[in-house]
Amino acid sequence: MAELSHTQELKERLTPSLTTGHPSFHDVTEAVSIISEVKTHRNWYIALAITTSITGILGLMLAYLVATGVGVWGNNSPVGWGWDITNFVFWIGIGHAGTLISAILFLFRQKWRTSINRFAEAMTLFAVACAGIYPAVHVGRPWRAYWLFPMPNEFLNMWQNFRSPLLWDVFAVSTYATVSALFWYVGLIPDLATFRDRATTKGRQMAYAIASLGWRGSATHWKNYEKAYMILAGLSTPLVLSVHTIVSFDFAVSILPGWHTTIFPPYFVAGAIFSGFAMVVTLMVIARWIYKVEHLVTMTHLENMNKVILATGTIVGYAYATEFFTAWYSGNPYESYVFFISRATGPYAWAYWSMITCNVISPQFFWFKKLRTNLPFMFVISIIVNIGMWFERFVIIATSLHRDYLPSSWGYFRPTFVDILTFFGTFGLFLTLFVFFTRFLPIIAISEVKGMMAQNHHEAHYLDEAVAASEGKEPVGAAH
Amino acid sequence: MAEKPSIHGLVADFDSPDKLMDAIKAARKAGYTKMEAYTPFPIHGIDDAMGAPPSILGYLVLCGSAVGLTIAVLLQWWTGAVDYPLVIAGKPFFALEPSVPIMFELTVLLSAFVAVFGMIGLNGLPKLYHAIFNYSGHRGITDDRFVLVIEASDREFDATATRDFLAAQGADKLELIEA
Repeated sequence: MAELSHTQELKERLTPSLTTGHPSFHDVTEAVSIISEVKTHRNWYIALAITTSITGILGLMLAYLVATGVGVWGNNSPVGWGWDITNFVFWIGIGHAGTLISAILFLFRQKWRTSINRFAEAMTLFAVACAGIYPAVHVGRPWRAYWLFPMPNEFLNMWQNFRSPLLWDVFAVSTYATVSALFWYVGLIPDLATFRDRATTKGRQMAYAIASLGWRGSATHWKNYEKAYMILAGLSTPLVLSVHTIVSFDFAVSILPGWHTTIFPPYFVAGAIFSGFAMVVTLMVIARWIYKVEHLVTMTHLENMNKVILATGTIVGYAYATEFFTAWYSGNPYESYVFFISRATGPYAWAYWSMITCNVISPQFFWFKKLRTNLPFMFVISIIVNIGMWFERFVIIATSLHRDYLPSSWGYFRPTFVDILTFFGTFGLFLTLFVFFTRFLPIIAISEVKGMMAQNHHEAHYLDEAVAASEGKEPVGAAH
Repeated sequence: MAEKPSIHGLVADFDSPDKLMDAIKAARKAGYTKMEAYTPFPIHGIDDAMGAPPSILGYLVLCGSAVGLTIAVLLQWWTGAVDYPLVIAGKPFFALEPSVPIMFELTVLLSAFVAVFGMIGLNGLPKLYHAIFNYSGHRGITDDRFVLVIEASDREFDATATRDFLAAQGADKLELIEA
């Protein structure tokens, strides 16, 4: 009997409720395709109107900045990095959950990732697009932003400084954006072919035929496809860890107290995953409700993501504590000053304690199953976490910069309306891209979900036989 | 007068991956060699069953990695130490340690390019026309149908005998398709 309960438990663990209610392969195709096939709903136009208006604000603010100069931002001396770099790190960090779900969980054979990876990867791309705006305009003369890349040109008679972490960052972020886009596209090809084959109008058929490159799902196709997917997952895994590591080098390689610490790479990566998962939860709670895909994106998916938020949030809290310990234990007066005076009790104490409340305290509620499976509650917490993670980047940047070694050069950073509206506008861009994505592309990886269903069916069948054998009965799953 | 279109092969349409796998194994046993399966998702073990060689993509990607790594080293060494040496904070013009991040990034970038475009190239894509699209039920392939095509160029192919053979494998639908 002990053996039986073990087998049953194994069965439950091997076949988590990836999809509920035993849909057929065709049901999956139908559920995902219909989202993009039905007549465009009035609400979609309303959503698009709102998000593009907000994107318009971003456009106006950027135009104003380009026409006037970076002085329209609140950046000053000593706080030369203000909201621009804060927002850059914020958006890049959000992207990390997408790659974690698509690559790392793939390599770890976490089946539950299948229903959410497409959505999370889209989030990565859109977040990186928002992030990329900031360094490009922060250079001051954005029309010369291409000087960041080693391209010979007639104006710049010298080469980039490859010994600077800022240049490493250029390579890290652009590689990350490119590889994420490629990975996303490879995943999309078979599903675009599904859309092509279901198309009812000539225009739609042509568009998806071109986008899917004429995919026909032959065994040869799948063989090379699976190899490519596996390789891309293997490449993306160290890549995603490297991106926030290199972003953290922008700070850690300098010699400012509060930045010059070896804990930064792992601490930044954990924070990035923390904020990214929170953003996936925020978006997923809304999307599964609007598009009625609760049977594909189940509570198990959301609960698993909340567990990741709890784990990474706790790591982030531990990192905050470690920073304080190291500052005290090092005996370095400047280091101690930044943490104990500037951050905890200084002029930015309000930001510091907001960060602690949002990042360290709020995820701890997810220890309780009731709370981490409660939709409105997780929605609120996921937003609080992202507010907290924005504050984390702001605290790191502003508190280390605003008080120099010379008290005569101390200052305080205040955002201008351009700072605030630019940041607000990036949400418009992020959401506009999402609005288009959910309308024209398969928001759930159709072929992957089907493949997983087939695999689950096999394992369930095998385990049913094992259970039945230990009971001496006919297998339950034999009828399938 | 247009030439009479030639035959690409015989399509057998199954409703489950298991039936398709059994049919492939039986077809191999019966001596067929030129066949292709079309499925909505990758099926584990199908390449072994069809006797298809493993993908060579991994080796191509390895070449891409080597090229990326080489470019990164040469770029940083040549620009920093040869073409425009500039003293910055007393750091050496070229050293391995500060070169590691860009070496890593370019290795990954080039490998990813080869993985994606190599996959597309090995699959002969983009290709907007293929004989399988002449099959009246080809739309099911990206939905829930599992299709086996025994090609007319197979030495064992015989329109009647192959049809009988595939019907015996439990195909729901059989159809000759034009090339």
